[in-house]
Amino acid sequence: MVEFALPKNSRPVAGKTWPRPAGATNVREFRVYRWNPEDGQNPRTDTYFVDMDDCGPMVLDAIIWIKNKVDPTLTFRRSCREGICGSCAMNIDGTNTLACTKDMATISGAVKIYPLPHMKVIKDLVPDLTTFYAQHASIEPWLKTDTPQPEREWAQSPGDRAKLDGLYECILCACCSTSCPSYWWNGDRYLGPAALLQAYRWLADSRDEATGDRLDNLEDPFRLYRCHTIMNCAKTCPKGLNPAKAIAEIKNMMISRQV
Amino acid sequence: MARTDQSPIAHENRRPLSPHLQVYRFALTMAMSIAHRITGVGLYLGTVLLAWWLVAAATDAAAFATVSWFMGTIFGRLILFGFTWALFHHMLGGVRHFIWDAGYGMDHPHREYLAKGTLIGGVVLTVLVWIAAYAVR
Repeated sequence: MVEFALPKNSRPVAGKTWPRPAGATNVREFRVYRWNPEDGQNPRTDTYFVDMDDCGPMVLDAIIWIKNKVDPTLTFRRSCREGICGSCAMNIDGTNTLACTKDMATISGAVKIYPLPHMKVIKDLVPDLTTFYAQHASIEPWLKTDTPQPEREWAQSPGDRAKLDGLYECILCACCSTSCPSYWWNGDRYLGPAALLQAYRWLADSRDEATGDRLDNLEDPFRLYRCHTIMNCAKTCPKGLNPAKAIAEIKNMMISRQV
Repeated sequence: MARTDQSPIAHENRRPLSPHLQVYRFALTMAMSIAHRITGVGLYLGTVLLAWWLVAAATDAAAFATVSWFMGTIFGRLILFGFTWALFHHMLGGVRHFIWDAGYGMDHPHREYLAKGTLIGGVVLTVLVWIAAYAVR
């Protein structure tokens, strides 16, 4: 449902300003969304100052620096620190991206960090991705075949394999889906760009034999057709993929099977 | 610690919704998408004006003269100018969506070129029509 304003319990209030690092000359300001599930308060925006001479170049380096040296309660997900696990997806400087591959030199002024947009917050920068993962599972992201298993692997020509480029690289970080206004308003019924890109990844796979069933599963006013080509997904994807294009391809497959 | 006596369900219900429109940086294609919606709503209102004009024409000369007078005032012309722009902007937006639906022009920077083309084209066509209208008057 379209609701432009945040619910009352979700409106961030002014938070704490943490002390500047002593003796540092190259200091950068960070404004970070905080919410503690245990204090019963509204979310708040805390201000931190990071000594850039003591910190790596990426946003993830800075928030780890804050956690280690200023405020150990700051909570966020991170793992690989090289853009392949998708854990540290968050809204940085107004756009969804991975904290570990976001160079702070590309941001002007204070670095503003929020959780992925329009998601239920578990704590601080950690959103609840349960629905997002369930939507991914609903497109049945595995190879489905009717013909008997070959003795060796399922063969695929280099040309057919190339059709999966730009699709298989998705790391399910949820940056695209949570950048999409259609997903904000109808995230319970619209599958969102990430799940649909993965749906197309299996529709486009020459080895898969469940194309008809897969299309049947998507033929729905909400699941697929809530995409209005707003294109935030393609613009925000930290892996440079284009979910909007994959969705257009699915819509075209829907048409070509009818004519 | 507060509220630790509550069930996990109550705990989940208290979870806030993270900021969305409040923090998301508007991109060109995002702004053009909402502009397409808004001009679409504008066209509904413009069609009411058109219906008013047709009903007046079917009523009598005096009613038609009233509508003609209103449309001729500065305010009326401004409304008509806005209606013209909304029509062209929305029409070119429709063409842009048609191209995208066919699977073309979705990559950067082509999607931005298409969006800018819609924006500039809508204004240019509107001005051209009004220049032509004043020229033949």
